Order: sequence, then C-alpha cells, then structure tokens
Amino acid sequence: MSREKTFQVLRTAVAMLAAILVAFLIIILVSDKPVESILIFLMQPFSSGRYLGNIVETAIPLIFSGLSMAILFQAGLFNLGGEGVFFMAGIVGSIAAIWLKLPVFIFPLVCIAVGAGTGILVMLVPGALRAKFNANEMVTSLMMNNICFGVGCYILNNMMRDTTVSSLVSYKYRLASLLPTIISGTRVHAGILVALFCAALVYIFLYKTKWGLQVRAAGANAKFAKYSGMDVMKAILLVHVIAGAVAGCGGIVECLGLHKRFEWTALPGYGFDGAMIAMLANNNPLGVVGAAVFVAYLRVGADLVNRFADVPTEMIAILQTLIILLISAEKFLHKYKQRWMEKDIQIEEVQHEGVH
Amino acid sequence: MKGFINLIFSTDFVYSIFRVMTPLLFASMGAVISDVAGAPNIALEGLMLMAAFSGMYFGYLAQSAAVGLLMALLTAVLFAGVLAFFTLYYKTNIILGGIALNSLASGGTVFLLYLVANDKGTSVSLASKTLPNINIPVIENIPVLGSIISGHNVLTYVSVLAVAFTYYLLKSTSLGAHIKAVGEKKEAAESVGISTVRTQAIALLLSGVMCGFGGAFMSMGYVSWFSRDMLSSRGWIALAAEAMGRQTALGSAAASMLFGVADAVSNAAATQGLPSDLVKTIPYVATLVGLTVFSVRLYRRQKEV
Repeated sequence: MSREKTFQVLRTAVAMLAAILVAFLIIILVSDKPVESILIFLMQPFSSGRYLGNIVETAIPLIFSGLSMAILFQAGLFNLGGEGVFFMAGIVGSIAAIWLKLPVFIFPLVCIAVGAGTGILVMLVPGALRAKFNANEMVTSLMMNNICFGVGCYILNNMMRDTTVSSLVSYKYRLASLLPTIISGTRVHAGILVALFCAALVYIFLYKTKWGLQVRAAGANAKFAKYSGMDVMKAILLVHVIAGAVAGCGGIVECLGLHKRFEWTALPGYGFDGAMIAMLANNNPLGVVGAAVFVAYLRVGADLVNRFADVPTEMIAILQTLIILLISAEKFLHKYKQRWMEKDIQIEEVQHEGVH
Repeated sequence: MKGFINLIFSTDFVYSIFRVMTPLLFASMGAVISDVAGAPNIALEGLMLMAAFSGMYFGYLAQSAAVGLLMALLTAVLFAGVLAFFTLYYKTNIILGGIALNSLASGGTVFLLYLVANDKGTSVSLASKTLPNINIPVIENIPVLGSIISGHNVLTYVSVLAVAFTYYLLKSTSLGAHIKAVGEKKEAAESVGISTVRTQAIALLLSGVMCGFGGAFMSMGYVSWFSRDMLSSRGWIALAAEAMGRQTALGSAAASMLFGVADAVSNAAATQGLPSDLVKTIPYVATLVGLTVFSVRLYRRQKEV
C-alpha cells in the first residue's frame, strides 16, 4: 500500500475515533448516568444476535445509497437525488408488489427491477440536463427530490391508501413479493444479498471495465478526459443510470424487506446519508459496505441509548457531521501527511544514492 | 374554480406572497453573496433552521423577541464561520461542508428540541416570542395597497432592505468589488493584493447574517414556534432562485418572488380542495423548468459563439 493510501486510511480511522469520542462527550453532558449510557452505546449492539441483526438491517439501505453516491462522486458529480429516488422507487415498486401476481422467487426480483427502473428514470432528469445542457445537477436533483415526494404522496393517498388503517400506509404487499428473512431470530432479510451483489457489480464496473475507467477519468479531470477522446456526455449519463438503478433497488428492497406495506410519510433521509458513507469509504464500492456497517453500528448504539437511557437518537447527526467535515478536510492532519510522505522520498533518495 | 380565481385576486393573497417570500429573499441574497465570492454556501437550509431554533429558544428564555433575533443572527453567523473555517482553512470541499451542516442542523435541532421541550416535533409547549408586525402610517389607510404593503412582519421589510443592501454591496462598494474579483479569478485577485481567504470568509459570514434573519422570521414571524425541519426546502429553493437569477441580487429577488407566488398559489389551491400533494410540487417544478430553460439558453448562446 502506498503511503498516500495508508494516510487516507489513517485519517478515516481518526475521524471515526473522533466521532465516537464526541458521542462520549455528548452522553456525558446530557445523560444522568453517563458511564452506563456509554457502555450501552458501545457494547450493547454486540450483546445479542438480535442487535447484531439490527446493525445488518440498518446497513442495507446505507449500502445502496452509499454505492449510488460513490459512483456519482467518482465521476465528480454532486447529485443529491438519492433521497427522491428511494421514495419514488419505493412507491412504484409497491404498486407492483400490491397488484402483480407472480411466483415466489421471481416476484421480489420483478419488484426490485421495477424500483431500479423508476430510479433510473428519476435520475436521468438531472443526468440528462447535466450531460446535454450543463445544468447544475445539484439544484435539479434537489428539486426532483421534492417533486418525487409530492407525486409519490399523491399516488399513495389516491391509489394505494389502505383506508381500513388510521395511519397513512398503503395496502399490504402480496406475501410472495416480500424479501424473506435469512437469519432466524433477526430481521436480516435477503436484501443484504442484493446489496452485496450491487457492491460487487459497481466495483467491477468502476475498476474492471473500460467505461469505469472513463468515468473515473472524467471525474478526476473532465477536460483531460474530453481531449483524450472520451465521450464525457455518455459517461455522465451512464453514471446517472447506474446510480439511479442502485438507489432505486435500495428504496424498494427496504420496503419489501422490513415492512409489509409502504410506510414512509416523509423522505427517508438516505440520500444524504449516502454522501457520508461514500466519503467514509473513499468512494470505493467495497469500502462502502464497511462504512455502512460502521455507521449502522453507531445508529443502533444511539438507538439503544435512546431506549435504555436518556439521550435522544438525534445525537447521531452531530457525529455524522463531524465525520463528513473531518474526512473531507484536505488539510486535516496535513502536516503529518507531509512528513509521512517525505519519508518515502528520503528513503528513495537514500536507495538511489546507494546505487551510484 | 371560480372561488380559486377570486382567491388569487384578493388582497389577502397578494399579502401572503410577501409573507412566503421573506425567507426566500434572505436566503437567496445569502446565496448570491457567497456564490459571487466563489464559495457557494449550500448550507442555507441548515443555517436558517439553526437560527430558527435559536431565535425561538433564546427568545423564550429571555422573554424578549429582540434577544431571540440577536441570538438567531449570532447562531447563523457562528455556523457560517464553522463552514468558512473548514472550507478555507482545512480545505474541505464546500459542497460537502454544506451537506454536513445541513445534516447537523436537521438532527441537532431535534436533539436540542427534545432536551428543552421534551418533544421531538414542535416547541409549542414553550411560550416563545414573535417579532412585531408593523403598520406603516399613511400607507395603511390607502385602500387595497394599504392592506397589501402595510402590516407585515418587521423582517419582511428588512428582507427588502437586504436585497437593496446586496445590490449596493456588489455594485458600489470596494468589498463588493473584491468579492467579485475573488469569485471570478482567484489568482488575479491575489496578485493585486486581495486576500482570497479573508474575502470569501466575509462573504460566507454575510450569507450567515442573511440566514439568521431568514431563520428568525420562520420561528418568530411566519409562525410562533419551532418545528422539526420547518424550513421545508426553502434554503434549497433559494439556491435555485439564485441560479435562475444568474447570481445577481435583483434577478434572484425576482426569481424568489416567482417562487413566492408559486408557493402562495399552492397554499391557496390546497384550501380549495385541489390535490394538495401535487399542488405543493408547483414551486419545485417551476424551479426545474426555469433552470432548464436558463441552461438551454446559455448552452445555445455558447454554441453560437
């Protein structure tokens, strides 16, 4: 591993550690029984199979949204539309899960495909506008989030709403469409397999195909990519298609895996989580899995503190902010990076002189 | 439908446009100043949310709306300073920094709300203060015009001043010239002795001031309480307005007005029994269409050149 990479790993580790330390600080400030609360936060998630399962089930949507963001970031695109895609794919996938009639194994796959297709369509709006007319994808994708939410709510209210229940939820999905639980005693569902499969696919696409190389080149330096004859427009479109498909899978997998019906009444918040996960993973699809599990661990810990002690779950937002700020701060630990890299050069120089 | 049309042409409706426009005007001016300086602040939403919370809470503690407003401004400026520190000193990507602050605001305010009000939804249990409405003498007595222009919250008038301030700042002051120079070409500005870091920091802090006003209006004028994520994307809409207004104070103000109208129409339509879920998307669709038209025109012009 090069020193540059080692440094990146170190910096990520420092950011994670800082997040946990800040969690301690918050707990000490807020809690009446700080020691007990910290122990719950740190250890309780590992104390039973059920909580370990909670970590995995929490990580599933984070993996999808992290992958979606990682691929966009690799192409140098700041599209924050994952949020709307999750919601819309959940809605349209739910329509399939409620009204289609298919055999057991194929049914969830078809629903996931419907969700992915929805995701692609939604993402293509900012994608095409960016690729063709250079419209700022960040603003357009944010507008799409709100449009998806409005249209989704309309569909939910007027087509799918189960009026026999007082809360705003859809009709129940057909049993055959649900993603089965794969570890008994937990709520870990087959969605984790889909997530890992997607991570592998995105990894292969980015690092093992010609198109992946072009995407990364366009992200590193769009002008260079263009002048060396790459079709940057196509690369941007392709990235949006894949990011939309992955986020779309995430939306419907979450619905089919954890719920029996469509239950979101607000945007689920996974879109912005994805940015953090992708950064923790340094935009590496395989790293996304690890980053998602780490963040899921923090969340399950915070949730348990909320339940068994007296600290609101939302403290997690403070930790996440710190992680994003520290990891994206190029100059954070820069002095040490400089010294660390210079060592390499010195070693090389010594070796070089030895040859003469 | 007839009722709807009558509603739109009523003085109440025009009055409500000014009301919904106020936070958009503040935020879009914040967006203009920071973006012209080359440091696009996308944390407007979060900064306003934090200011709204701080205004509500400190106004309640001190039982004084003035203290609330002051603390709202301080809070927004403080966090704009955090953003400036990380982006200018630690070289954090400013977009990621903005995402981080927004996430902090969204979760952090709920965290604090729970601690102070034992509620994760709203602060209605705390008797917080509101800023006064102002009746303008003479004008308030003019029929029609009086009931449209007079009687607004004090911050609504400040928001109009904010537009004038931004326009004047960028057009006729040396700070404005520095801001523009830094945003256009950093190296050139540095070469004539303008400090990029200092200028961008000032621009970000000014955008913080704007967000402070915008946030204070939400919890101490628009309504008299704080509720979770109460900005509901107004910070993002302001960014869109700024993009549509081509980074100019007056253009962005006009675009904000457009969104204000769209928002007011959607509120009015919802009371008339039109499908409110769809109607609520009108401002966003308008933004999307506006941005598209703008980008296509820019693209064509560049192609001709």
